[in-house]
Amino acid sequence: MTALSNFITGLPILSLVTFLPLVGALFLLFVRGEAEVVARQSRYVALWTTLIVFFLSLFIWIGFEPGTAAFQFEERVDWLPQYRIGYHMGVDGISMLFVILSTFLMPICILASWDAIEKMVREYMIAFLILETMMVGMFCALDMVLFYVFFEGVLIPMFLIIGVWGGGRRVYSAFKFFLYTLTGSVLLLVALLAMYFQVGTTDIPTLMEAKFARDMQYWLWLGMFASFAVKVPMWPVHTWLPDAHVDAPTAGSVILAGVLLKMGGYGFLRFSLPMLPEASAYFTPFVFTLSIIAIVYTSLVALVQDDMKKLIAYSSVAHMGYVTLGVFGGNQQAIEGAIFQMLSHGVVSGALFLCVGVVYDRLHTREIGRYGGLANNMPKYAFAFMVFMLASVGLPGTAGFVGEFLVLTGVFQMNTWAALFAATGVILGATYMLYLYRRVIWGELTKADVKEMLDLDRREIAILAPIVVITMWMGVYPLPFLDVMNESVAALVNNYQAALKAAGETQVGAHLGEQLVAFLR
Amino acid sequence: MTFEFASLTPAFPEIFLALSGMLFLMIGVFRKEDSTQLLSWLGVAAMGVTAYLILRGPDTALTFQDLFIVNGFTSFAKILVLIGAALTLLMINSWAQAAKTARFELPILVLFATLGMMMMVSANDLISVYLGLELQSLSLYVLAAYHRDNTRSTEAGVKYFVLGALASGLLLYGSSLVYGFSGTTSFAGLATAMHGGEAHLGVIIGIVFVIAGLAFKVSAVPFHMWTPDVYEGAPTPITAFFSVAPKIAALCLFLRVLVGPFAPMIEQWQQVIVLISILSMLWGSFAAIAQKNIKRLMAYSSIGHVGYALIGLVVGNEEGARGLLFYLLIYLFMNIGTFAVILSMRVNGKYVEEIGDLSGLQKNHPGMAMALAALMFSMAGIPPLAGFLGKYFIFVAAVNAGFVPLAIIGLLASVVGAFYYIRIIKVIYFDEPGAVFDKPDMINSAIMGLCAVLMLVYFVVPSKLVEGAQAAARALFLG
Repeated sequence: MTALSNFITGLPILSLVTFLPLVGALFLLFVRGEAEVVARQSRYVALWTTLIVFFLSLFIWIGFEPGTAAFQFEERVDWLPQYRIGYHMGVDGISMLFVILSTFLMPICILASWDAIEKMVREYMIAFLILETMMVGMFCALDMVLFYVFFEGVLIPMFLIIGVWGGGRRVYSAFKFFLYTLTGSVLLLVALLAMYFQVGTTDIPTLMEAKFARDMQYWLWLGMFASFAVKVPMWPVHTWLPDAHVDAPTAGSVILAGVLLKMGGYGFLRFSLPMLPEASAYFTPFVFTLSIIAIVYTSLVALVQDDMKKLIAYSSVAHMGYVTLGVFGGNQQAIEGAIFQMLSHGVVSGALFLCVGVVYDRLHTREIGRYGGLANNMPKYAFAFMVFMLASVGLPGTAGFVGEFLVLTGVFQMNTWAALFAATGVILGATYMLYLYRRVIWGELTKADVKEMLDLDRREIAILAPIVVITMWMGVYPLPFLDVMNESVAALVNNYQAALKAAGETQVGAHLGEQLVAFLR
Repeated sequence: MTFEFASLTPAFPEIFLALSGMLFLMIGVFRKEDSTQLLSWLGVAAMGVTAYLILRGPDTALTFQDLFIVNGFTSFAKILVLIGAALTLLMINSWAQAAKTARFELPILVLFATLGMMMMVSANDLISVYLGLELQSLSLYVLAAYHRDNTRSTEAGVKYFVLGALASGLLLYGSSLVYGFSGTTSFAGLATAMHGGEAHLGVIIGIVFVIAGLAFKVSAVPFHMWTPDVYEGAPTPITAFFSVAPKIAALCLFLRVLVGPFAPMIEQWQQVIVLISILSMLWGSFAAIAQKNIKRLMAYSSIGHVGYALIGLVVGNEEGARGLLFYLLIYLFMNIGTFAVILSMRVNGKYVEEIGDLSGLQKNHPGMAMALAALMFSMAGIPPLAGFLGKYFIFVAAVNAGFVPLAIIGLLASVVGAFYYIRIIKVIYFDEPGAVFDKPDMINSAIMGLCAVLMLVYFVVPSKLVEGAQAAARALFLG
């Protein structure tokens, strides 16, 4: 095993994991035969590709050295020397787990689409494989242009996935998703160009060491914020998310909630905080305010939804509110909590969308009122749903708890008011999730078509079981995850605080409570 | 004063092309049957030889009493123009098989227009600028009005001719002002005369007129009015030609004139170019939204692209020129590929041009649909397609030169632009299948396939191409 692991980690493993899905997609292009055959082969090719990629990506974790904050598995090739852009890949404790998250969700998505997707199966699988390349590449990229290429490249497959295989107002949602994200992204591009102009390179580790003038930082920060806030999404630019979620196919929603939303949080951690510390500190009250509004307001909105997917979509916005809160909390607990929250949210909300997909495949509606009493005829389903529901609520012992708890403790040290408001979100979260669960699972089994519904089949169990295990594992024994990120986060926090001290900035949040209260009044 | 024969060597490619054009004319006249296809093949061959001659020719040279210049920049631009023209001829070939209206003059006119463009690019004097420009324009006027029985086409031709003549007049008037106030028409002489950036008001007015004339040729707002009509009225392969070769030639000429003789006046002309660049980007994006005809849409799209390319001009330094050239290179293949698709939009042998007609594409021609989708995403500038790199280089140059607001406007305009490009993708992939297109012929499939693949492959190894553009840009600023 160690020999194998040494061998694999000796390969350019990050490029391998990034581009292997593309090879699968290319292969799919050349599959010939009758439509039925092509569809079946496409499913298998995609499944095997994603499984192999997942398997390979595990070696990144195995070979990862947790005792250092440095980038690991680095690869560097001159790509555009005229513009000093390099193909530079590498992972640290912050990005590594996101790679695993992406590769882990991918085979699940393929399986979840097994029967649900009937038209243009080959193209669907190609889109998903390209999507995987873009996602993994984005988390591994250590060059800003490379990062931007992957970051934006995600739009193409996702736009097609929502627009072609979605339901409802799919065209509207696909356009909204595309244009919203693109608008934010071009401002990121401006910031990127300006940084390149200042430093003369787009290499991320170099940029992290560069110092930008304070005025410049503000503008750069705002440019990045425009992009990452849309991706996260933060209130008030979150409106594309419920639409995109509702109209995307199940697997599309899973990836959207599971990975794409994390790109924003990751962006804040990779760029805003280390490269623009003073601006980050300056804008922290602003981010906190938006995060708290997101947590409280979208939780209330979630409470009154009739559409299951929409409810979970709004809950995603609320949960991502904790992430942004934690990221700008700027201390060890808060940032680790934010990362953990992203991971757990990726798994749990993905799973919740899968649960919606399970009943949607049977009854072809997502209206909560059309269900009820599913515990009677679908006990396995009720169990899985319960685990994810409780994890989403943040029950101790599930994945959701650790992240929220760490964020709240971290933020509390900085600003009690922010922590207080954020904590109300936990209560509201419990309210809307339990309310959803009661309406769908409990109650009398009265409706005739609901009675006919069968419990989980083998494929669905194969999809949900691993996620149940992971959810519990992350909740009960989160140490392996936290260990990995420890050093990188510590380095990030140290640099951040050192930069603030050097700049003479007061400890973030010292004067924040009054501002926030004043603002909320 | 001894009279010396001008050295012909630097102009060999042009001379060769001119002679082949005349020879082809004879072939067309004296051959009994229709020679369109034969001549288009021969034209491609002649252009290949011309390109070879350019590559083998001297690196830098002046001839004809310094009226004509050859350097790395002109060679690069000429090669781009020749590629565009050769691909157009291939499309004319395939179009001639389907359309019964093709005549042998078509490829020959393209050939002469190309010759004019090469002269433009190589011009080193305001007189030779005008010569090349007119040879190009006159050929294009005829091409625009090619469907002489069709009212739209004749209207397009007349419109183009009247406005084009006006623009030529402006250019000529501007040149005469410049001459009158500086005493010379040669680029080198003008650069010396304007040294230090101090010049008579008359020169500045002259420059503005010259810019207006050139802006017309590249169809930059507010001199763009002819573009949609001409694009719509002309036969599709000719539209493809219009959208690339004259634009490339005129933009390269623009660059040569502004950073050559008028370089000391950068303060003066920069403001003008900034304005027309912004207007072109915005108008190209917003006006395209309402279009239903795909050729009109491409007209607005090209206006927008010219706006981006002009940013490279605004910057007015080597980096800007490099960005501009690279942009043109990518633009060339994006556009030709798209027109190859438009040329394949045939239902039962009849050409259709509505965007809505594309709806059946995914189901019936998945390969073509994928190619068009790649081209459209590239036009919109979404990575990892080549169009993104083109825009990136332009904006890098802009930001490095301190034009941050311009870059922001450009990027936001590109978001609006993305809307109509992805609307085409929506029609292809999201809409219910409509009419079935005929099977695209070999040539068009090859062109669109090649262009679409290039959009992706560019990204894997862009450094070689950037090197080419860089060498050309450097040559421009050296000579």
